Amino acid sequence: MDENQPVLLTEQVGAVLTLTLNRPTRFNALDDDLKDRLLAALQAASRDSGVRCVVLTGAGKAFCAGQDLNLDGDLRPEQVGDTVRRSYNKIARLLHGMEKPIIAAVNGVAAGAGMSLALACDLRVLAEHSSLRLAFSNIGLIPDCGATYSLSHLLPRGLGLEIAYTGRAIEAPEALRLGLANRVVADADLFTETATLAASLAARPTRALGLTKRAFNRATTGTLEDALEYEAYTQEIAAGTADFQEGIAAFREKRQPRFEGR
Amino acid sequence: MAEKFQHILVEARAGYAVVRLNRPKVLNALNGALIGELVTALEALDADSTCRCAVITGNERAFAAGADIGEMAEAEAIPFLLNDRFAQWDRFRNIHMPLIAAVSGFALGGGCELAMNCDLIIASETAQFGQPEINLGIMPGAGGTQRLTHAVGKVRAMEMILTGAPITAQEALRAGLINRVVPVELYLREAEALAARIAAQAPVAVRLAKEAVLKALDASIADGVDFERKNFFLLFAGADQKEGMRAFLDKRQPHFEGR
Repeated sequence: MDENQPVLLTEQVGAVLTLTLNRPTRFNALDDDLKDRLLAALQAASRDSGVRCVVLTGAGKAFCAGQDLNLDGDLRPEQVGDTVRRSYNKIARLLHGMEKPIIAAVNGVAAGAGMSLALACDLRVLAEHSSLRLAFSNIGLIPDCGATYSLSHLLPRGLGLEIAYTGRAIEAPEALRLGLANRVVADADLFTETATLAASLAARPTRALGLTKRAFNRATTGTLEDALEYEAYTQEIAAGTADFQEGIAAFREKRQPRFEGR
Repeated sequence: MAEKFQHILVEARAGYAVVRLNRPKVLNALNGALIGELVTALEALDADSTCRCAVITGNERAFAAGADIGEMAEAEAIPFLLNDRFAQWDRFRNIHMPLIAAVSGFALGGGCELAMNCDLIIASETAQFGQPEINLGIMPGAGGTQRLTHAVGKVRAMEMILTGAPITAQEALRAGLINRVVPVELYLREAEALAARIAAQAPVAVRLAKEAVLKALDASIADGVDFERKNFFLLFAGADQKEGMRAFLDKRQPHFEGR
Protein backbone atom coordinates (compact mmCIF):
# COMPACT_ATOMS: atom_id res chain seq x y z
CA MET A 1 0.00 0.00 0.00
CA ASP A 2 1.23 3.48 -0.83
CA GLU A 3 2.13 4.97 2.54
CA ASN A 4 1.85 8.45 1.14
CA GLN A 5 -1.78 8.16 0.14
CA PRO A 6 -4.13 9.80 2.62
CA VAL A 7 -6.46 7.37 4.32
CA LEU A 8 -9.41 9.58 3.43
CA LEU A 9 -9.64 11.00 -0.06
CA THR A 10 -11.72 14.10 -0.62
CA GLU A 11 -12.73 15.31 -4.03
CA GLN A 12 -15.15 18.06 -4.94
CA VAL A 13 -16.78 18.33 -8.36
CA GLY A 14 -19.09 21.28 -8.56
CA ALA A 15 -21.14 21.20 -5.38
CA VAL A 16 -20.69 17.45 -4.82
CA LEU A 17 -18.09 16.37 -2.27
CA THR A 18 -16.99 12.74 -2.43
CA LEU A 19 -15.29 11.22 0.62
CA THR A 20 -13.50 7.95 -0.10
CA LEU A 21 -12.31 5.67 2.66
CA ASN A 22 -8.84 4.77 1.43
CA ARG A 23 -7.23 1.84 3.22
CA PRO A 24 -7.97 -0.70 0.50
CA THR A 25 -5.48 -3.31 1.74
CA ARG A 26 -7.34 -3.27 5.04
CA PHE A 27 -10.73 -3.22 3.27
CA ASN A 28 -11.07 0.37 4.53
CA ALA A 29 -11.19 -0.72 8.15
CA LEU A 30 -11.61 2.23 10.50
CA ASP A 31 -8.68 3.10 12.71
CA ASP A 32 -8.50 6.25 14.88
CA ASP A 33 -6.76 8.24 12.16
CA LEU A 34 -9.38 7.45 9.52
CA LYS A 35 -12.24 8.11 11.92
CA ASP A 36 -10.77 11.45 12.98
CA ARG A 37 -10.28 12.49 9.35
CA LEU A 38 -13.76 11.38 8.40
CA LEU A 39 -15.25 13.37 11.28
CA ALA A 40 -13.22 16.45 10.37
CA ALA A 41 -14.19 16.18 6.70
CA LEU A 42 -17.86 15.84 7.57
CA GLN A 43 -17.66 18.83 9.91
CA ALA A 44 -16.04 20.92 7.19
CA ALA A 45 -18.62 19.80 4.64
CA SER A 46 -21.41 20.69 7.04
CA ARG A 47 -20.15 24.26 7.34
CA ASP A 48 -19.30 24.75 3.67
CA SER A 49 -22.20 26.25 1.74
CA GLY A 50 -20.37 25.32 -1.47
CA VAL A 51 -21.00 21.65 -0.68
CA ARG A 52 -24.58 20.77 -1.53
CA CYS A 53 -24.36 16.97 -1.61
CA VAL A 54 -21.95 14.51 0.01
CA VAL A 55 -21.06 11.04 -1.29
CA LEU A 56 -19.36 8.48 0.95
CA THR A 57 -17.65 5.52 -0.67
CA GLY A 58 -14.72 3.15 -0.35
CA ALA A 59 -11.58 2.54 -2.38
CA GLY A 60 -10.91 -0.90 -3.75
CA LYS A 61 -13.06 -3.98 -3.34
CA ALA A 62 -14.79 -3.12 -0.08
CA PHE A 63 -16.88 -0.19 1.12
CA CYS A 64 -15.74 -0.55 4.73
CA ALA A 65 -14.96 -3.54 6.93
CA GLY A 66 -15.81 -1.67 10.13
CA GLN A 67 -13.62 -1.04 13.16
CA ASP A 68 -10.02 -2.14 12.62
CA LEU A 69 -9.66 -5.05 15.02
CA ASN A 70 -6.00 -5.78 14.36
CA LEU A 71 -4.75 -2.75 16.21
CA ASP A 72 -2.97 -3.00 19.55
CA GLY A 73 -5.70 -0.82 20.89
CA ASP A 74 -7.12 -0.91 24.34
CA LEU A 75 -10.07 -3.29 24.43
CA ARG A 76 -11.01 -2.67 28.04
CA PRO A 77 -14.76 -2.09 28.33
CA GLU A 78 -14.48 1.58 29.33
CA GLN A 79 -12.21 2.23 26.38
CA VAL A 80 -14.57 0.54 23.98
CA GLY A 81 -17.41 2.67 25.31
CA ASP A 82 -15.21 5.71 25.06
CA THR A 83 -14.41 4.96 21.42
CA VAL A 84 -18.10 4.76 20.69
CA ARG A 85 -18.74 8.14 22.34
CA ARG A 86 -15.65 9.85 21.02
CA SER A 87 -15.74 8.73 17.41
CA TYR A 88 -18.67 6.70 16.21
CA ASN A 89 -21.38 8.69 17.94
CA LYS A 90 -20.03 11.97 16.63
CA ILE A 91 -19.90 10.60 13.10
CA ALA A 92 -23.40 9.16 13.31
CA ARG A 93 -24.74 12.41 14.75
CA LEU A 94 -23.18 14.41 11.97
CA LEU A 95 -24.40 12.15 9.15
CA HIS A 96 -27.86 12.20 10.66
CA GLY A 97 -27.95 15.93 11.27
CA MET A 98 -26.00 17.55 8.42
CA GLU A 99 -28.49 19.56 6.46
CA LYS A 100 -27.61 18.42 2.97
CA PRO A 101 -28.18 15.11 1.16
CA ILE A 102 -25.67 12.36 1.94
CA ILE A 103 -25.40 9.31 -0.31
CA ALA A 104 -23.55 6.10 0.52
CA ALA A 105 -22.15 4.60 -2.68
CA VAL A 106 -21.64 1.05 -1.46
CA ASN A 107 -19.04 -0.43 -3.75
CA GLY A 108 -18.42 -3.67 -1.88
CA VAL A 109 -18.77 -5.24 1.54
CA ALA A 110 -20.06 -2.89 4.22
CA ALA A 111 -19.48 -4.74 7.47
CA GLY A 112 -19.87 -3.80 11.10
CA ALA A 113 -19.47 -0.08 11.54
CA GLY A 114 -19.13 0.07 7.77
CA MET A 115 -22.74 -1.04 7.49
CA SER A 116 -23.69 1.39 10.27
CA LEU A 117 -22.08 4.22 8.31
CA ALA A 118 -23.97 3.25 5.17
CA LEU A 119 -27.23 3.13 7.12
CA ALA A 120 -26.57 6.50 8.73
CA CYS A 121 -26.37 8.17 5.32
CA ASP A 122 -29.62 9.49 3.86
CA LEU A 123 -29.61 7.36 0.73
CA ARG A 124 -27.83 4.19 -0.35
CA VAL A 125 -26.86 3.16 -3.86
CA LEU A 126 -25.50 -0.39 -3.85
CA ALA A 127 -23.29 -2.06 -6.41
CA GLU A 128 -24.85 -5.31 -7.59
CA HIS A 129 -22.25 -7.49 -5.87
CA SER A 130 -21.98 -5.47 -2.68
CA SER A 131 -23.36 -6.67 0.61
CA LEU A 132 -24.26 -5.40 4.05
CA ARG A 133 -23.17 -7.36 7.12
CA LEU A 134 -23.99 -6.09 10.56
CA ALA A 135 -21.39 -8.54 11.92
CA PHE A 136 -21.09 -7.02 15.41
CA SER A 137 -22.62 -10.03 17.10
CA ASN A 138 -20.01 -12.23 15.40
CA ILE A 139 -17.51 -10.91 17.93
CA GLY A 140 -19.81 -10.43 20.88
CA LEU A 141 -20.70 -6.78 20.41
CA ILE A 142 -23.82 -4.73 19.74
CA PRO A 143 -24.34 -2.76 16.52
CA ASP A 144 -23.12 0.81 17.12
CA CYS A 145 -22.57 3.98 15.11
CA GLY A 146 -26.31 4.54 15.10
CA ALA A 147 -27.22 1.12 13.68
CA THR A 148 -29.77 0.32 16.36
CA TYR A 149 -31.54 3.55 15.51
CA SER A 150 -31.20 3.20 11.74
CA LEU A 151 -32.42 -0.38 11.61
CA SER A 152 -35.30 0.28 14.00
CA HIS A 153 -36.48 3.00 11.67
CA LEU A 154 -35.77 1.29 8.36
CA LEU A 155 -37.05 -2.20 9.14
CA PRO A 156 -39.81 -3.95 11.03
CA ARG A 157 -38.52 -5.02 14.41
CA GLY A 158 -38.27 -8.72 13.67
CA LEU A 159 -36.20 -8.18 10.53
CA GLY A 160 -33.84 -5.74 12.24
CA LEU A 161 -33.33 -8.04 15.18
CA GLU A 162 -32.75 -11.04 12.92
CA ILE A 163 -30.04 -9.17 11.04
CA ALA A 164 -28.44 -8.04 14.30
CA TYR A 165 -28.71 -11.42 16.01
CA THR A 166 -27.39 -13.49 13.10
CA GLY A 167 -24.81 -11.07 11.74
CA ARG A 168 -25.55 -12.56 8.32
CA ALA A 169 -24.77 -10.96 4.99
CA ILE A 170 -27.49 -9.12 3.11
CA GLU A 171 -26.69 -9.11 -0.57
CA ALA A 172 -27.68 -6.14 -2.70
CA PRO A 173 -30.90 -7.57 -4.15
CA GLU A 174 -32.21 -8.41 -0.69
CA ALA A 175 -31.16 -4.98 0.57
CA LEU A 176 -33.24 -3.43 -2.21
CA ARG A 177 -36.20 -5.63 -1.38
CA LEU A 178 -36.00 -4.73 2.31
CA GLY A 179 -35.73 -1.01 1.61
CA LEU A 180 -32.18 -0.76 2.90
CA ALA A 181 -31.01 0.30 -0.56
CA ASN A 182 -32.54 3.05 -2.69
CA ARG A 183 -31.03 1.58 -5.84
CA VAL A 184 -28.91 -1.33 -6.99
CA VAL A 185 -26.74 -0.79 -10.07
CA ALA A 186 -24.21 -2.81 -12.04
CA ASP A 187 -20.81 -2.77 -10.33
CA ALA A 188 -19.20 -0.86 -13.18
CA ASP A 189 -21.94 1.79 -13.14
CA LEU A 190 -21.83 2.66 -9.43
CA PHE A 191 -19.53 5.63 -9.82
CA THR A 192 -21.40 7.29 -12.71
CA GLU A 193 -24.89 6.52 -11.40
CA THR A 194 -24.03 7.96 -8.00
CA ALA A 195 -22.36 10.98 -9.54
CA THR A 196 -25.45 11.68 -11.63
CA LEU A 197 -27.76 11.34 -8.64
CA ALA A 198 -25.50 13.49 -6.48
CA ALA A 199 -25.20 16.19 -9.12
CA SER A 200 -28.96 16.36 -9.52
CA LEU A 201 -29.48 16.61 -5.76
CA ALA A 202 -26.78 19.25 -5.53
CA ALA A 203 -28.71 21.35 -8.02
CA ARG A 204 -31.84 21.31 -5.93
CA PRO A 205 -32.78 23.89 -3.27
CA THR A 206 -30.32 22.78 -0.63
CA ARG A 207 -31.81 24.66 2.29
CA ALA A 208 -35.24 23.20 1.64
CA LEU A 209 -33.71 19.73 1.46
CA GLY A 210 -31.80 20.35 4.67
CA LEU A 211 -34.89 21.63 6.44
CA THR A 212 -36.78 18.58 5.15
CA LYS A 213 -34.16 16.34 6.70
CA ARG A 214 -34.40 18.28 9.94
CA ALA A 215 -38.18 17.91 9.94
CA PHE A 216 -37.97 14.19 9.10
CA ASN A 217 -35.59 13.74 12.02
CA ARG A 218 -38.06 15.50 14.27
CA ALA A 219 -41.04 13.57 12.93
CA THR A 220 -39.68 10.28 14.23
CA THR A 221 -39.57 11.56 17.80
CA GLY A 222 -43.01 12.91 18.43
CA THR A 223 -46.69 13.03 17.79
CA LEU A 224 -48.58 14.28 14.76
CA GLU A 225 -49.02 17.58 16.57
CA ASP A 226 -45.27 17.90 17.07
CA ALA A 227 -44.68 17.17 13.39
CA LEU A 228 -47.30 19.68 12.27
CA GLU A 229 -45.92 22.40 14.49
CA TYR A 230 -42.43 21.72 13.23
CA GLU A 231 -43.60 21.77 9.61
CA ALA A 232 -45.00 25.24 10.24
CA TYR A 233 -41.66 26.46 11.58
CA THR A 234 -39.50 24.89 8.89
CA GLN A 235 -41.86 25.98 6.11
CA GLU A 236 -41.57 29.53 7.33
CA ILE A 237 -37.81 29.25 7.19
CA ALA A 238 -37.89 27.70 3.71
CA ALA A 239 -40.19 30.43 2.49
CA GLY A 240 -37.53 32.93 3.52
CA THR A 241 -34.89 31.47 1.21
CA ALA A 242 -33.78 32.91 -2.11
CA ASP A 243 -34.38 29.50 -3.73
CA PHE A 244 -38.05 29.76 -2.80
CA GLN A 245 -38.28 33.08 -4.60
CA GLU A 246 -36.55 31.49 -7.59
CA GLY A 247 -38.81 28.45 -7.45
CA ILE A 248 -41.95 30.56 -7.52
CA ALA A 249 -40.58 32.81 -10.25
CA ALA A 250 -39.60 29.84 -12.41
CA PHE A 251 -43.02 28.29 -11.94
CA ARG A 252 -44.78 31.48 -13.00
CA GLU A 253 -42.46 32.02 -15.93
CA LYS A 254 -42.84 28.38 -16.98
CA ARG A 255 -39.13 27.69 -16.95
CA GLN A 256 -36.63 25.53 -15.12
CA PRO A 257 -35.50 26.99 -11.81
CA ARG A 258 -31.84 27.67 -11.10
CA PHE A 259 -31.34 26.95 -7.42
CA GLU A 260 -28.29 28.31 -5.65
CA GLY A 261 -28.59 26.46 -2.41
CA ARG A 262 -29.51 29.44 -0.26
CA MET B 1 -30.97 56.04 24.53
CA ALA B 2 -28.83 53.81 22.36
CA GLU B 3 -25.91 56.20 21.92
CA LYS B 4 -24.58 56.07 25.43
CA PHE B 5 -24.19 52.28 25.64
CA GLN B 6 -21.01 50.45 24.73
CA HIS B 7 -21.87 46.85 25.46
CA ILE B 8 -25.55 46.59 24.52
CA LEU B 9 -27.82 47.62 21.68
CA VAL B 10 -31.38 48.73 22.36
CA GLU B 11 -33.98 48.52 19.60
CA ALA B 12 -37.50 49.85 20.12
CA ARG B 13 -40.42 48.01 18.59
CA ALA B 14 -44.19 48.54 18.76
CA GLY B 15 -44.99 48.16 22.44
CA TYR B 16 -41.79 46.35 23.43
CA ALA B 17 -38.02 46.56 23.05
CA VAL B 18 -35.18 44.22 22.14
CA VAL B 19 -32.00 44.60 24.17
CA ARG B 20 -29.05 42.83 22.59
CA LEU B 21 -25.88 41.97 24.50
CA ASN B 22 -23.10 43.19 22.28
CA ARG B 23 -19.67 41.80 23.20
CA PRO B 24 -19.55 39.17 20.43
CA LYS B 25 -15.76 38.72 20.47
CA VAL B 26 -15.97 37.40 24.02
CA LEU B 27 -19.24 35.51 23.50
CA ASN B 28 -20.98 38.25 25.50
CA ALA B 29 -19.02 37.50 28.68
CA LEU B 30 -20.74 39.53 31.36
CA ASN B 31 -18.53 42.17 32.88
CA GLY B 32 -19.66 44.73 35.44
CA ALA B 33 -20.04 47.40 32.78
CA LEU B 34 -22.36 45.29 30.64
CA ILE B 35 -24.65 44.36 33.51
CA GLY B 36 -24.71 48.00 34.61
CA GLU B 37 -25.72 49.14 31.12
CA LEU B 38 -28.29 46.37 30.85
CA VAL B 39 -30.13 47.23 34.06
CA THR B 40 -29.92 50.94 33.33
CA ALA B 41 -31.47 50.38 29.90
CA LEU B 42 -34.17 48.13 31.35
CA GLU B 43 -35.03 50.65 34.06
CA ALA B 44 -35.47 53.36 31.44
CA LEU B 45 -37.61 51.09 29.26
CA ASP B 46 -39.64 50.07 32.30
CA ALA B 47 -40.35 53.73 33.06
CA ASP B 48 -41.45 54.33 29.47
CA SER B 49 -45.17 53.66 29.30
CA THR B 50 -44.99 52.83 25.61
CA CYS B 51 -42.67 49.90 26.35
CA ARG B 52 -44.50 47.09 28.08
CA CYS B 53 -42.11 44.15 27.68
CA ALA B 54 -38.45 43.60 26.84
CA VAL B 55 -36.63 40.81 25.03
CA ILE B 56 -33.03 40.28 26.12
CA THR B 57 -30.89 38.42 23.62
CA GLY B 58 -27.31 37.82 22.51
CA ASN B 59 -26.43 36.49 19.08
CA GLU B 60 -26.88 33.14 17.37
CA ARG B 61 -23.65 31.74 18.76
CA ALA B 62 -23.95 32.91 22.34
CA PHE B 63 -26.48 34.47 24.67
CA ALA B 64 -23.73 35.00 27.25
CA ALA B 65 -20.94 32.56 27.95
CA GLY B 66 -20.23 33.38 31.56
CA ALA B 67 -18.70 36.21 33.44
CA ASP B 68 -15.54 38.08 32.57
CA ILE B 69 -13.00 35.87 34.31
CA GLY B 70 -10.21 38.34 33.76
CA GLU B 71 -12.10 40.84 35.86
CA MET B 72 -12.33 38.45 38.78
CA ALA B 73 -9.26 36.24 38.77
CA GLU B 74 -7.21 38.29 41.26
CA ALA B 75 -10.09 39.41 43.48
CA GLU B 76 -9.73 39.24 47.26
CA ALA B 77 -12.67 38.17 49.42
CA ILE B 78 -13.35 41.20 51.62
CA PRO B 79 -12.94 43.87 48.96
CA PHE B 80 -15.11 41.67 46.72
CA LEU B 81 -17.79 41.48 49.42
CA LEU B 82 -17.67 45.21 50.07
CA ASN B 83 -17.73 45.96 46.35
CA ASP B 84 -20.79 43.70 45.99
CA ARG B 85 -20.63 43.28 42.24
CA PHE B 86 -23.95 41.51 42.41
CA ALA B 87 -25.79 44.59 43.66
CA GLN B 88 -26.46 45.49 40.04
CA TRP B 89 -28.18 42.16 39.55
CA ASP B 90 -30.59 43.04 42.36
CA ARG B 91 -31.88 45.90 40.23
CA PHE B 92 -33.60 43.30 37.99
CA ARG B 93 -36.04 42.76 40.86
CA ASN B 94 -37.37 46.26 40.41
CA ILE B 95 -38.21 45.85 36.75
CA HIS B 96 -41.99 45.61 36.65
CA MET B 97 -42.55 44.71 33.03
CA PRO B 98 -42.00 41.10 31.90
CA LEU B 99 -38.56 40.19 30.59
CA ILE B 100 -38.13 37.49 27.96
CA ALA B 101 -34.73 35.88 27.40
CA ALA B 102 -34.23 34.82 23.77
CA VAL B 103 -31.37 32.33 24.06
CA SER B 104 -29.30 30.82 21.29
CA GLY B 105 -25.98 29.06 21.73
CA PHE B 106 -24.20 29.39 25.06
CA ALA B 107 -26.03 30.48 28.21
CA LEU B 108 -23.40 29.51 30.73
CA GLY B 109 -22.66 30.64 34.25
CA GLY B 110 -23.72 34.26 34.53
CA GLY B 111 -25.38 33.87 31.15
CA CYS B 112 -27.62 31.12 32.49
CA GLU B 113 -28.27 33.23 35.59
CA LEU B 114 -29.18 36.20 33.44
CA ALA B 115 -31.67 34.09 31.48
CA MET B 116 -33.16 32.82 34.73
CA ASN B 117 -33.52 36.39 35.97
CA CYS B 118 -35.94 36.86 33.12
CA ASP B 119 -39.58 35.87 33.41
CA LEU B 120 -39.80 33.73 30.27
CA ILE B 121 -37.16 31.94 28.21
CA ILE B 122 -37.41 31.10 24.51
CA ALA B 123 -34.49 29.00 23.31
CA SER B 124 -33.16 28.04 19.92
CA GLU B 125 -32.44 24.38 19.22
CA THR B 126 -28.75 25.18 19.55
CA ALA B 127 -29.03 26.66 23.05
CA GLN B 128 -27.04 25.17 25.92
CA PHE B 129 -27.65 26.02 29.55
CA GLY B 130 -25.05 25.38 32.21
CA GLN B 131 -23.49 26.50 35.46
CA PRO B 132 -19.81 25.63 34.91
CA GLU B 133 -18.45 27.80 37.75
CA ILE B 134 -17.41 24.64 39.62
CA ASN B 135 -14.79 24.05 36.91
CA LEU B 136 -13.05 27.29 38.01
CA GLY B 137 -13.05 26.29 41.65
CA ILE B 138 -16.01 28.49 42.55
CA MET B 139 -19.82 28.29 42.45
CA PRO B 140 -22.68 30.32 40.96
CA GLY B 141 -23.02 33.69 42.65
CA ALA B 142 -25.74 35.51 40.75
CA GLY B 143 -28.70 33.45 41.88
CA GLY B 144 -27.95 30.26 39.95
CA THR B 145 -28.15 27.89 42.90
CA GLN B 146 -31.51 29.33 43.85
CA ARG B 147 -33.27 29.93 40.56
CA LEU B 148 -32.05 26.77 38.88
CA THR B 149 -33.21 24.65 41.80
CA HIS B 150 -36.64 26.29 41.74
CA ALA B 151 -36.86 25.68 38.02
CA VAL B 152 -35.59 22.12 37.59
CA GLY B 153 -35.66 20.61 41.07
CA LYS B 154 -32.93 19.46 43.43
CA VAL B 155 -31.34 16.53 41.70
CA ARG B 156 -31.02 18.11 38.29
CA ALA B 157 -29.73 21.37 39.76
CA MET B 158 -27.19 19.43 41.82
CA GLU B 159 -25.92 17.58 38.79
CA MET B 160 -25.58 20.69 36.68
CA ILE B 161 -23.95 22.76 39.43
CA LEU B 162 -21.65 20.06 40.82
CA THR B 163 -20.44 18.71 37.46
CA GLY B 164 -20.58 21.95 35.49
CA ALA B 165 -21.99 19.96 32.57
CA PRO B 166 -24.44 21.89 30.37
CA ILE B 167 -27.83 20.68 29.20
CA THR B 168 -29.34 21.02 25.74
CA ALA B 169 -32.37 23.09 24.87
CA GLN B 170 -34.55 19.96 24.65
CA GLU B 171 -33.38 18.81 28.08
CA ALA B 172 -34.01 22.30 29.46
CA LEU B 173 -37.52 22.19 28.05
CA ARG B 174 -38.23 18.79 29.58
CA ALA B 175 -36.83 19.97 32.90
CA GLY B 176 -39.07 23.02 33.00
CA LEU B 177 -36.30 25.59 32.73
CA ILE B 178 -37.54 27.17 29.50
CA ASN B 179 -40.83 27.85 27.72
CA ARG B 180 -40.13 26.71 24.20
CA VAL B 181 -37.50 25.37 21.80
CA VAL B 182 -37.56 26.92 18.34
CA PRO B 183 -35.42 26.43 15.19
CA VAL B 184 -32.39 28.71 15.33
CA GLU B 185 -33.67 30.72 12.37
CA LEU B 186 -36.82 31.69 14.25
CA TYR B 187 -36.06 31.90 17.98
CA LEU B 188 -35.81 35.67 18.13
CA ARG B 189 -38.91 36.06 15.98
CA GLU B 190 -40.82 33.81 18.40
CA ALA B 191 -39.55 35.73 21.42
CA GLU B 192 -40.61 39.01 19.81
CA ALA B 193 -44.04 37.58 18.92
CA LEU B 194 -44.46 36.59 22.55
CA ALA B 195 -43.35 40.05 23.67
CA ALA B 196 -45.83 41.69 21.31
CA ARG B 197 -48.59 39.46 22.61
CA ILE B 198 -47.84 40.38 26.21
CA ALA B 199 -47.43 44.03 25.31
CA ALA B 200 -50.97 44.02 23.93
CA GLN B 201 -52.42 43.03 27.29
CA ALA B 202 -53.48 45.49 29.98
CA PRO B 203 -50.12 46.71 31.36
CA VAL B 204 -51.11 47.16 35.01
CA ALA B 205 -52.66 43.70 35.08
CA VAL B 206 -49.48 42.30 33.53
CA ARG B 207 -47.34 44.00 36.15
CA LEU B 208 -49.43 42.84 39.11
CA ALA B 209 -49.76 39.32 37.72
CA LYS B 210 -45.99 39.08 37.26
CA GLU B 211 -45.46 40.15 40.88
CA ALA B 212 -47.89 37.54 42.09
CA VAL B 213 -46.26 34.73 40.09
CA LEU B 214 -42.84 35.67 41.46
CA LYS B 215 -44.30 35.82 44.96
CA ALA B 216 -45.39 32.18 44.58
CA LEU B 217 -41.74 31.13 44.50
CA ASP B 218 -40.96 32.22 48.03
CA ALA B 219 -44.19 32.75 49.97
CA SER B 220 -46.42 30.29 51.71
CA ILE B 221 -49.63 29.42 49.89
CA ALA B 222 -51.61 31.49 52.42
CA ASP B 223 -49.39 34.57 52.07
CA GLY B 224 -49.19 34.13 48.33
CA VAL B 225 -52.93 33.90 47.96
CA ASP B 226 -53.37 37.01 50.15
CA PHE B 227 -50.87 38.88 47.97
CA GLU B 228 -52.59 37.73 44.81
CA ARG B 229 -55.97 38.76 46.15
CA LYS B 230 -54.84 42.30 47.04
CA ASN B 231 -53.36 42.68 43.57
CA PHE B 232 -56.57 41.34 42.08
CA PHE B 233 -58.74 43.88 43.93
CA LEU B 234 -56.29 46.65 43.08
CA LEU B 235 -56.92 46.10 39.40
CA PHE B 236 -60.55 47.04 39.88
CA ALA B 237 -59.41 50.60 40.49
CA GLY B 238 -58.14 50.70 36.93
CA ALA B 239 -59.86 51.76 33.75
CA ASP B 240 -58.49 48.71 31.90
CA GLN B 241 -60.46 46.34 34.12
CA LYS B 242 -63.67 48.19 33.30
CA GLU B 243 -62.81 48.24 29.60
CA GLY B 244 -61.78 44.59 29.56
CA MET B 245 -64.94 43.33 31.19
CA ARG B 246 -67.25 45.64 29.26
CA ALA B 247 -65.64 44.52 25.99
CA PHE B 248 -66.21 40.89 26.95
CA LEU B 249 -69.86 41.52 27.74
CA ASP B 250 -70.27 43.54 24.55
CA LYS B 251 -68.57 40.77 22.58
CA ARG B 252 -65.87 43.03 21.16
CA GLN B 253 -62.11 43.45 21.39
CA PRO B 254 -60.91 45.46 24.39
CA HIS B 255 -58.82 48.57 23.96
CA PHE B 256 -56.44 48.90 26.90
CA GLU B 257 -54.96 52.25 27.84
CA GLY B 258 -52.55 51.21 30.53
CA ARG B 259 -54.37 52.66 33.48
